[in-house]
Amino acid sequence: MPRTDFGPPHYMEMLPPVIKRNYGRWKYHEILRPGVLKHVAESGEEIYSIRVGSPRLVSTDFIREVCDLADKYCDGYVRFTSRHNIEFLVTKKENIEPLIQEVKAKGWPVGGTGNCLSNMVHTQGWIHCHTPATDASGIVKAVMDELYEYFVEEKLPAKLRISLACCLNMCGAVHCSDIAILGVHRTPPRVDHELLAKVSEIPTVVASCPTGAIRPNPKLKSVEVNEERCMYCGNCFTMSPAMQIMDPENDGVSIWVGGKVSNARTAPMFSRLAIPYLPNNPPRWPEVVEAVKKLVEVWATHARKGERMGEWIERIGWETFFKLADIPFTDKHIDDFIFSVPTFRTTTQFRW
Amino acid sequence: MANAQTPRVDELEKGPWPSFVKEIKRAAEKHPSAGDLLRQLDLSYAEKIGHWKHGGIVGVKGYGGGVIGRYSDKPEEFPHVKEFHTMRINQPSGWFYTTEALRKLCDIWDKYGSGLTNFHGSTGDIILLGTTTGNLQPCFDELSDAGFDLGGSGGGLRTPSACVGPARCEFSCIDTLDVCHSLTLEFQDFLHRPQWPYKFKIKVSGCANDCVASIARADFAIIGTWKGAIQIDQAAVADYADAGLNIQEEVVEKCPTGALAWDGEKKELKLKAEDCVRCMHCINKMPKALRPGEQRGATLLVGGKATILKSAFLGWVIVPFMELKPPYTELKDLLRRIFDWWDENGKNRERIGELIYRVGMRTFLKAVGLPPVPQMVFRPRANPYVFWWPEEVKRNA
Ligand code: HEM
Ligand code: HEM
Ligand code: HEM
Ligand code: HEM
Ligand code: SF4
Ligand code: SF4
Ligand code: SF4
Ligand code: SF4
Repeated sequence: MPRTDFGPPHYMEMLPPVIKRNYGRWKYHEILRPGVLKHVAESGEEIYSIRVGSPRLVSTDFIREVCDLADKYCDGYVRFTSRHNIEFLVTKKENIEPLIQEVKAKGWPVGGTGNCLSNMVHTQGWIHCHTPATDASGIVKAVMDELYEYFVEEKLPAKLRISLACCLNMCGAVHCSDIAILGVHRTPPRVDHELLAKVSEIPTVVASCPTGAIRPNPKLKSVEVNEERCMYCGNCFTMSPAMQIMDPENDGVSIWVGGKVSNARTAPMFSRLAIPYLPNNPPRWPEVVEAVKKLVEVWATHARKGERMGEWIERIGWETFFKLADIPFTDKHIDDFIFSVPTFRTTTQFRW
Repeated sequence: MANAQTPRVDELEKGPWPSFVKEIKRAAEKHPSAGDLLRQLDLSYAEKIGHWKHGGIVGVKGYGGGVIGRYSDKPEEFPHVKEFHTMRINQPSGWFYTTEALRKLCDIWDKYGSGLTNFHGSTGDIILLGTTTGNLQPCFDELSDAGFDLGGSGGGLRTPSACVGPARCEFSCIDTLDVCHSLTLEFQDFLHRPQWPYKFKIKVSGCANDCVASIARADFAIIGTWKGAIQIDQAAVADYADAGLNIQEEVVEKCPTGALAWDGEKKELKLKAEDCVRCMHCINKMPKALRPGEQRGATLLVGGKATILKSAFLGWVIVPFMELKPPYTELKDLLRRIFDWWDENGKNRERIGELIYRVGMRTFLKAVGLPPVPQMVFRPRANPYVFWWPEEVKRNA
């Protein structure tokens, strides 16, 4: 029998000696240039972190290449960030430049620090999930190709976090990003009565629906969907393969803006709906890429220094945002789920 | 050749950002399953629909989770991804690795899997993407020998994660890596044998910058903070001013509570400590000059989650300040009370935040023994439907 329940490797075994020596006793840091952080300890020791963008979906040979560089320049230590970047941890200053040259020669971008775009947190999409309304890796690649300059150069008003989830289960928890790209289904599930009777328990399927849209249909030993109540979440499909939610004609992408996680200055905020629907147009999703780029540019043009996208929008007002971004406001933008009322304007103060 | 068969996804080999398609092709040189994965993806690009389906439950001996079963719905066309299960491997706290450990992982995965991975999944695990049912157990056996355990899935504790914390961040008010590791070990059973109404996530950030997005993504968020005044090194503040930082505009005026004032003549930064809400902004701007106060601990928040089912919630404060010193007994006891109460009262697929929303904070607080304090709310209630406990009123006969 193999050992079980022993937990992850102890982090101390994975830390470079300079970190072990200065653990909890770092004094300050500086961003030397995009992608290069310098941390100085109270002891005076220094560590340089070189942040490198990764496609996240990578082969074992990619990891081995990372290891080769870490062996050559970082005494065999490396880490990954919460947004899927690689960080090479360098103690010898003279190793920084040759490391960066080798990284660049491989076509890997150095950046993502400070007021840069960081890597996109994203989900599995058509690569590995059964409910997606769109792909994940493909859109991420197309968007990052277009916004590449913002990752490698620091020229935005503040941090920019873009995330993607391919359905509203939001494995990527995209709901607090400056820009969130979210796959949406727009039609209720199509019930395959024969299959359902064979493979699924009716009470489980009924109970899976958060809006109570599913009723038993005893005659067919199946269920039926009250289409007016369904908000296309796909939960029933997760429970039963007989509730097909994917719909190539109607599935697509929505875009949400102004979320943030950090407590710096303003409290964390949810991302809010900007564009309710754009079509799936693989392999490069030009409509989505274009829309995201425009949003970044509108914000970069109008925001004050240091203002995250949501902070900027809250200052100018959403009514002004829609005007500046040239996005039509529709009935889809007005919340009609269970926490809607506090989003309605209950004052006569607003901008024209 | 592979190229001829995947014209659509091949388009994504172009462009400056590193390409996942190239990565899949690299894996495909050794692993036929990676080749079939790419071909199936190309079909999805043509038809605009996914091709994975539900199947039988799979796993490894002794575990109830950590493996996600995955089956192609086109097994005749793509036989090598007929079974293509994912293994979630618990990452070391803070995502630090020796190359030795990484190479071992790669060798095992090349032996048993598709050669494809996610470094990392959005919850934090190492994701080993795609293997057959038959390979799951031998793969796990070798991983176990190499010191890697499974992560979480299903209705149980999910793999906790932590920001880089004291390992490389001067802002960290708690030992995020140790808290994360210690909780992961303490609650192995809940992690590996899902037994709860739904998932439960714990994330640990060393300060209010919240680099692991705990407030948005964790049912239980642990965020470092302090009591007392920010420590100010006035000479270093003056250095920032001399170096061109506009302290009035970029620091003082951005303070959410007006707790700061700048005397440009004397080059002195003044702080009204009682007004500081520890948002981290001024410290972020001048890390050389400002440091968190000396009495350190964490704010604990509960309820954060993505949309499913009742809408997305941000975590809300339930303990404004707790000191966190190993072995973290107070924290673990509180977590155990929360787990018990939720397990007992939660409906199937009801996250802890949704349960509290359904039955009310007062019920939750009473059940887990936490005192109500004003830090828990932005403002008190406005509606008069106030409920009283039976013992608080006199029963009329
Ligand atoms: C010593 C200073 C800091 C260190 C060492 C640090 C480290 C990190 C790291 C390693 C990540 C993951 C980044 C990635 O994957 O690209 C991250 C993310 C993040 N950091 Fe920091 N950070 C620091 C300062 C800040 C500051 C100044 C802020 C806010 C003003 C901040 C807010 C965030 C946020 C919001 C995220 C991302 C969470 C998300 O959107 O998923 N951090 N930080
Ligand atoms: C078969 C389909 C699915 C696949 C392939 C999938 C895959 C994943 C993966 C790889 C992760 C990251 C895990 C980690 O790092 O440990 C994840 C996280 C997550 N999944 Fe899924 N998932 C699927 C279905 C679902 C469903 C049905 C739901 C909700 C009902 C869901 C909600 C989430 C959420 C909320 C997260 C966590 C995000 C975070 O930690 O911030 N997923 N999923
Ligand atoms: C009636 C039976 C089922 C119930 C009640 C059920 C319940 C659930 C729940 C509650 C989730 C969200 C779990 C989470 O994210 O923690 C989930 C996700 C998922 N289910 Fe099921 N499920 C059922 C059948 C199946 C079957 C037969 C399969 C196929 C083997 C399956 C595959 C999955 C997968 C792959 C996920 C994503 C898991 C993850 O992200 O951890 N489910 N299921
Ligand atoms: C025998 C019982 C009650 C009597 C005699 C009574 C009497 C009154 C009177 C005289 C007014 C002022 C009307 C006006 O200005 O035209 C009033 C207003 C009002 N009553 Fe009652 N009431 C009774 C029960 C209730 C109950 C049970 C409720 C609520 C559950 C209620 C809610 C209100 C409200 C909301 C107003 C209006 C306040 C406003 O104008 O801002 N009343 N009532
Ligand atoms: S976001 Fe939705 S479609 Fe995408 S991986 Fe998660 S559950 Fe699947
Ligand atoms: S898609 Fe969601 S809302 Fe619609 S029937 Fe299924 S579970 Fe209910
Ligand atoms: S959350 Fe705070 S302590 Fe942790 S890495 Fe981010 S800035 Fe540093
Ligand atoms: S930490 Fe935030 S609230 Fe406190 S003084 Fe600095 S800017 Fe103001």
